[in-house]
Amino acid sequence: MSAPTPTGGSEAEPMIRLEGLQKRFPGQAEPAVDDLSLDVPEGEIAVLVGPSGCGKTTTLKLINRLIEPTAGRIVIAGEDVTHADPDSLRRRIGYVIQQVGLFPHMTIAENIATVPQMLGWKGIDARVDELLELVGMEPATYRGRYPRELSGGQSQRVGVARALAADPPVLLMDEPFGAIDPITRERLQDEFLRLQGEVRKTIVFVTHDIDEAIKMGDRIALLRIGGRLAQYDRPQRLLIDPADAFVAEFIGGGARVKGLRLVTVDDVELTEWPTARPGDEAARVLALLRESDRGHALLLDPEGRPRSWLSREELGRNGRPLEGLGETVGTTVEVDDTLHQALDALLASGAGAAAVVDPSGRYRGVVDLATLAAAVAAMAVNGHRPAGAEAEAANSERDPAAGS
Amino acid sequence: MSFLEYLDSRSDIVVQLTVEHAEVVALSILIATVIGVALGVATYERDRASRLTLAICAIFLTIPSLALFALLIPQLGIGYLPTVVGLVLYALLPIVRNTITGLRQVDAAVVESARGMGMGRWRRLRRIELPLAWPVILTGIRVSTLITLGIAAIAAVINGPGLGELIFSGLSRIGAVNDVNEILTGVLGVMVLALLFDLAFFVLRRVTTSPGVRA
Ligand SMILES: Nc1ncnc2c1ncn2[C@@H]1O[C@H](COP(=O)(O)OP(=O)(O)OP(=O)(O)O)[C@@H](O)[C@H]1O
Ligand SMILES: [Mg+2]
Repeated sequence: MSAPTPTGGSEAEPMIRLEGLQKRFPGQAEPAVDDLSLDVPEGEIAVLVGPSGCGKTTTLKLINRLIEPTAGRIVIAGEDVTHADPDSLRRRIGYVIQQVGLFPHMTIAENIATVPQMLGWKGIDARVDELLELVGMEPATYRGRYPRELSGGQSQRVGVARALAADPPVLLMDEPFGAIDPITRERLQDEFLRLQGEVRKTIVFVTHDIDEAIKMGDRIALLRIGGRLAQYDRPQRLLIDPADAFVAEFIGGGARVKGLRLVTVDDVELTEWPTARPGDEAARVLALLRESDRGHALLLDPEGRPRSWLSREELGRNGRPLEGLGETVGTTVEVDDTLHQALDALLASGAGAAAVVDPSGRYRGVVDLATLAAAVAAMAVNGHRPAGAEAEAANSERDPAAGS
Repeated sequence: MSFLEYLDSRSDIVVQLTVEHAEVVALSILIATVIGVALGVATYERDRASRLTLAICAIFLTIPSLALFALLIPQLGIGYLPTVVGLVLYALLPIVRNTITGLRQVDAAVVESARGMGMGRWRRLRRIELPLAWPVILTGIRVSTLITLGIAAIAAVINGPGLGELIFSGLSRIGAVNDVNEILTGVLGVMVLALLFDLAFFVLRRVTTSPGVRA
């Protein structure tokens, strides 16, 4: 291990470093976590994923010493905390669990204020309001409420706010969205990623859901039963280049389709598509369509917003104004949506294309199957993800198969 | 003499005995609460220790009260002190038991998140576990109070304070003037006190439990 470089060398010290971590519970033959070594760089989300009982929760609790390791070291921000005072360590580490565990007898504000209060902060009220706003909850409405007056999703938001209250550099999250209905979960995930974009914490995130891992993780650590690390990599590498059969099986079928979650519409070149305006003549649009070799033309409204897909047959039935024709465009996608969402819109459209719009709803181009296929192919070649490029070097040392 | 006439003629002493009765019960309950909650806190995390403590406290409740007061005479003599000691022993079980139950009922996720936030054992007890167990503990204290109100009357046999004096005096003079009136006054006094204490507990519960956990 390299010594910390005080002047900040090119190889930055990881925020969290686990070294040969082991936990053997009393009276158990096999360790729950064994020889686990893991670096989490500052500002990244590392997801621990794996089958039930593989030691994810145990690993997480080893980091904030809710469980004491039987061997190995835990280093946070360059400081060996394996034997540090647990209580002061935990005040520097945010902790979010699935059941949230808000204090039911305290108001939301009191819950959030807990750690700052223990640390003797001043100006806590303002901090509480700031945090409530950060997690998208109106302070005036929620500050004085009690946890039982919140929905599951709101509780989890408060749980996150409480964990962030004292601005800890590190956040540990154990299946934080596990008990929440799929639609709300999706929203909380998106909100959390947006929030992480602002706060840039170093996060260890536990889930047993590989899709959540792919969505949330900058890196994914896949554990097998017994708490042994099967692979630790960028999500796209895990998808394209699983280290062994266990990893491949855990990822399951459709690895490439899952990979589409990692690429946004922004990252690909949009396809040109024949378009029509309400006043256009059907025959002219039909000619355009034949020329382009597409099955449908996209009718835009006067403001340039996608309106409906016009098929050749409909255009062929002469004489009717274009407005009333075609299959209404249902879902459109925006540039920051993922290709996975584009695929969904594409399959729903019946025209084999997903219309891409700008924030004001105006048409920008389409994503079609060829675009998607090209993106998948690009991923297979270079583990493509715009933000991922600089990290490939760091990974190759751990993963001899990388760069194939 | 009718009961009401009797009451009217003896109102001074009746009021005095009732106040004494309330005082000795309140004092005993206060002491039992301090000891009982301490025992509960000390043992709730360990199964064996808490079962042993509960078993010992239960023994006191099985001793007939007359006998317990008599057993205390060699060490403590008669009067106020042995009365309080006897009542404390009787009051312990419900308080200890409810303290243990209440602390164990606290949601494990709440305790884990408190630990995970860096709350030490004492801070956790004071800020989280005891406040959350408090409604259950308070119920134990209330049960103890009701038990002790009745038993305090028996303490009159060792010259203890309170309404027992009227009951035993009446019993010893059965057939004489006002015998039944005396007994009735003692019994009704205890019942009125029970109602007043219950009212007090109702108010205490409202003011000492957070709206967040109020049923
Ligand atoms: N306190 C404990 N005492 C004894 N064994 C334990 C303890 N906690 C966990 N274990 C064991 O350690 C192993 C790993 O448990 P852990 O809770 O870390 O799994 P997990 O990956 O979080 O599983 P899940 O996805 O079901 O939450 C399991 O076999 C479990 O039974
Ligand atoms: Mg777990």
